[in-house]
Amino acid sequence: MNDLAEVISRNQDEIRSAWIRDMSQSVQRSDLMSKTELDEQCGTLLSAIVAGARSSGPSEISGPGWAQARELLETISASRARQGFSPTEVATFVLSLKQPLFTAIRRDLTKEQNRLFDTVWAATELLDRLALLTTETFMSAREELISRQQQELLELSTPVVKLWDGILALPIIGTLDSARTQVVMENLLQTVVSTNSKFAIIDITGVPTVDTLVAQHLLKTITAARLMGAECIISGVRPQIAQTIVHLGINLEDVTTRARLSDAFALALKMSGRTVVRQATAAAASSAILAGPLAKLES
Amino acid sequence: MSETRRETLSLKNSNDVVLARQKVRQWSTEMRFTLVDQTKLVTAASELARNTLDHGKGGSMTIEQTGFGARVGIRLIFEDQGPGIPDIEMALKDGFTTGNGMGLGLGGSKRLVNEFAIESEPGKGTRITVIRWK
Amino acid sequence: MERIPVLRMGSLLLITIQVDMHDKLAMQLQEDVTARIADWGSTGVLIDISSLEIVDSFIGRMLSNIAAMSRVLGAETVVVGMQPAVAITLVELGMSLPGVRTALSVEAGMELLYGAGAGFRTGSDDERDEA
Repeated sequence: MNDLAEVISRNQDEIRSAWIRDMSQSVQRSDLMSKTELDEQCGTLLSAIVAGARSSGPSEISGPGWAQARELLETISASRARQGFSPTEVATFVLSLKQPLFTAIRRDLTKEQNRLFDTVWAATELLDRLALLTTETFMSAREELISRQQQELLELSTPVVKLWDGILALPIIGTLDSARTQVVMENLLQTVVSTNSKFAIIDITGVPTVDTLVAQHLLKTITAARLMGAECIISGVRPQIAQTIVHLGINLEDVTTRARLSDAFALALKMSGRTVVRQATAAAASSAILAGPLAKLES
Repeated sequence: MSETRRETLSLKNSNDVVLARQKVRQWSTEMRFTLVDQTKLVTAASELARNTLDHGKGGSMTIEQTGFGARVGIRLIFEDQGPGIPDIEMALKDGFTTGNGMGLGLGGSKRLVNEFAIESEPGKGTRITVIRWK
Repeated sequence: MERIPVLRMGSLLLITIQVDMHDKLAMQLQEDVTARIADWGSTGVLIDISSLEIVDSFIGRMLSNIAAMSRVLGAETVVVGMQPAVAITLVELGMSLPGVRTALSVEAGMELLYGAGAGFRTGSDDERDEA
């Protein structure tokens, strides 16, 4: 099975030139990569392929002997992704190696049909695998970017606000899935600690639907807060949500809920031992306020 | 990059449980897991190490890095040659315990990790493998 | 052998757990707390776990035990300073710490045990004192 390795090794330069020469314009993308860079990349890759094929054979590319080739392809794929190549272009880059490779194999092994066939098969299998590897790397790089952006968006979209000393509000807008709940929960609990707030009002006016899963997520948050010594109040429960909750049989016995944020705030104030007092009369109040600072200005 | 980092610790006494926790903490910090994920994994390790000690009469914990590319994680393998678990389904239910106190069973630990596999044969021993992805 | 110190502040026992506890240490703490309550007639136990990064079922059981034993001896227990990551993990683990009251800080804990004004006044940014 090391026929392949030897064929490539014997004809390395020729294969490389043919590879580059036959590479279609779209794959070369001379606007993105210089001829010398391309030449170098192809050369290094070919050598790595020879080394890999020599060490553990051409079909199992996850072995240690193929590490160099794998790493190289991953780097090439990632850097081409950054440079603006499409995933097809990157895969074609690898696949276009087939023709020069087959030509070399046929020339070297023309007298031995069986070996010829086996080597061609090994070559095509190998290049297919390598091409798929580049696609996978491309995808995971993209996925990482998306998830990083998602994370940032999550963190930005659920701010925790302080309503009063020891009372926080968390207005949630949009759907609550598992990932978002994690971020929301961590953010809220962290703020509870840093502001030493015993009360947290979670307002779900902006949450379109509350199903069993969402309810579970909310309950987890409330339980965690309670474990830490803080209390949560859920507000913004719309009539439809109330109906859904009852229909689904979700148990909210241990949870304090209010229809409006203002009701929840009033409750939190009361639970923290505070009363809001209106001054005697409006007129008396405003003249009292004016008397102070303005009086000083006038004198 | 191609070599798998792996370490095995023996779990023979309660001090080893502490060492196991610290080892998992060390690895997850090095691999830059988030704080919550670290806490979950270390806690799961503590639970499972303790289980190996108490129920399995002592054994070992192996820790290794798993996955490659964008997806990396930590795999923990807890092994013992203890009495084994006769009813695995029961053991995974919350509130199940063979000892005293409010045993949580293995169900709790299962929720702290992404992948959980348990092999056990009465009289032969138990192996529990868990993975937490980054 | 090292022990976790149990400090006395009037009728309050203050315990700060800062180390990764092994079994013997945890058992010793339970013994020490009950002994001290008996010795000093303490009515409150405050356990500060703000430095604890891991609370597994064993530690959870220990906290519940201390609360239960103290109650039998006539003292109330409050656990304070639980870290968010710990709380999230405990919820996932399914542990509810029955019989254990919690508070966000030592001050809040003391208020829970002895009523408002018992601890230090933290002072409120938003409120003006009544004249």
